[in-house]
Amino acid sequence: MCPAAEAVAGGLAPLPYRLTGKRQETADTWTLELEPARAERMAPFEPGQFAMLYAFGAGEAPISVGASDGASGRMVHTIRAVGAVTEALCATATGQEIGARGPFGAAWPLADAEGADVVVVAGGLGLPPVRPVLERVLAERERFGTLSLLYGGRSPDDLLYRDALEEWGARPDMDVEVTVDSAGADWRGRVGVVTTLIPRARFDPGRAVAMVVGPEVMMRFTVAALRERGVPAERIHVSLERSMKCAVGVCGHCMLGPEFVCKDGPVFPYTRVERWLGVPAL
Amino acid sequence: MRTLEDLLAEVEAFEGMAPEHLRLIAGCARNVVFGDGEWLMREGDAADTFFVIRTGAVAVSTHVPQHGALLIETLHQHDLVGWSWLIPPHRVNFDVISNGTTHAIAFDGACLRGKCEQDPVLGYDLLRRFSAVLVERLQRTRLRLIDVYGHVPGR
Ligand SMILES: Cc1cc2nc3c(=O)[nH]c(=O)nc-3n(C[C@H](O)[C@H](O)[C@H](O)COP(=O)(O)OP(=O)(O)OC[C@H]3O[C@@H](n4cnc5c(N)ncnc54)[C@H](O)[C@@H]3O)c2cc1C
Ligand code: FES
Repeated sequence: MCPAAEAVAGGLAPLPYRLTGKRQETADTWTLELEPARAERMAPFEPGQFAMLYAFGAGEAPISVGASDGASGRMVHTIRAVGAVTEALCATATGQEIGARGPFGAAWPLADAEGADVVVVAGGLGLPPVRPVLERVLAERERFGTLSLLYGGRSPDDLLYRDALEEWGARPDMDVEVTVDSAGADWRGRVGVVTTLIPRARFDPGRAVAMVVGPEVMMRFTVAALRERGVPAERIHVSLERSMKCAVGVCGHCMLGPEFVCKDGPVFPYTRVERWLGVPAL
Repeated sequence: MRTLEDLLAEVEAFEGMAPEHLRLIAGCARNVVFGDGEWLMREGDAADTFFVIRTGAVAVSTHVPQHGALLIETLHQHDLVGWSWLIPPHRVNFDVISNGTTHAIAFDGACLRGKCEQDPVLGYDLLRRFSAVLVERLQRTRLRLIDVYGHVPGR
């Protein structure tokens, strides 16, 4: 087989992973811990890359990596059950096996963010794909400027990683602001859209790098608020979702204009995808 | 010691305001403190006061019969609270309750309305500033109406 075909074949064959832990995050969302079931394992993941998880008999879905450990091959994913595949993945019992292939896609630009203020804006299920960014910046804290996490959810019940949010919020070297779109009278936190956090977040717009992930409408308004605050458009990065099949740039399922979201993305500089995001049919 | 004018000059909504106008509005203002659960405003009351939050947070809510309080939004440091003092019929539309201890500057809206009537330049300036806040709140409300987290990514 020629090297290109080998690479594609390698990327297309799922490897067996065993579910070693499972935690319910919200009514429809679960965090799964996986480890390689045999000696073979996926290569280490960079923050922002994704895996294709295969629920045998149901199918495959692209899923971000919430945490990964290169040495043990352990992976953590947070999955919202919205259809056949994600429901089957969330229903997997501890000890059972699923298939996984990856790593796929472009990572967050952490090297470019060195020396800069790092602003992470996550909405809803957008927190898992940026968790590795936060962990990396915290592990190499002196390499970066301020670190802000601005996280928005639909309601308090929909917030993910509550323990981690509390832990990060208690750190002196990180700012965490959480807001929800609606809440009952017993909620003591913020109520309002995530964009309301941007004008007063503690970062210097002139030396900030922003990483934004969440539903596309939320990202559009967030990018507008970041630009209004003075963050240059070319220093704003977004992570996109499109329906995927091959994940290796062959089938064309994930195309956004000329871009393959699976291969060129899912993380893009905003300026590169801005014009395509404005096209209703894409 | 910092005067009320100094404190107001730090608030985004009053940024760049002429010093004589700042002095005028500070003349209608006083420092106030609310304990946890204390009311700043009650729905239906005469709207003769508005606030700028110095520290702390307040919850804007309404009462739904047989359901209890419904939290609409929270407001925080340097946010303006209340605009009904400016627009007839000068009635408060929502309940506003302190979340923890809140330090604020309270403005006598009736006094300010009088000053605005006498000085149209001040009146226009204040109206312009409050309109910007109103537009921003309207945008936020529209965003919430979209229910962004109910949306399917990429679609
Ligand atoms: C790069 C990338 C990373 C992703 N990371 C994650 C992740 O970490 N966790 C996660 O849960 N999902 C993630 N997704 C989304 C996930 O891949 C889809 O939810 C999944 O493919 C849906 O497949 P399904 O068969 O379960 O549902 P389908 O049968 O394909 O869809 C069922 C219903 O859900 C709707 N739907 C599809 N996708 C979504 C969605 N993302 N959110 C809400 N509704 C949806 C469909 O329109 C349809 O109405 C990611 C997607 C991409 C492209
Ligand atoms: S998913 Fe096949 S080209 Fe991207």
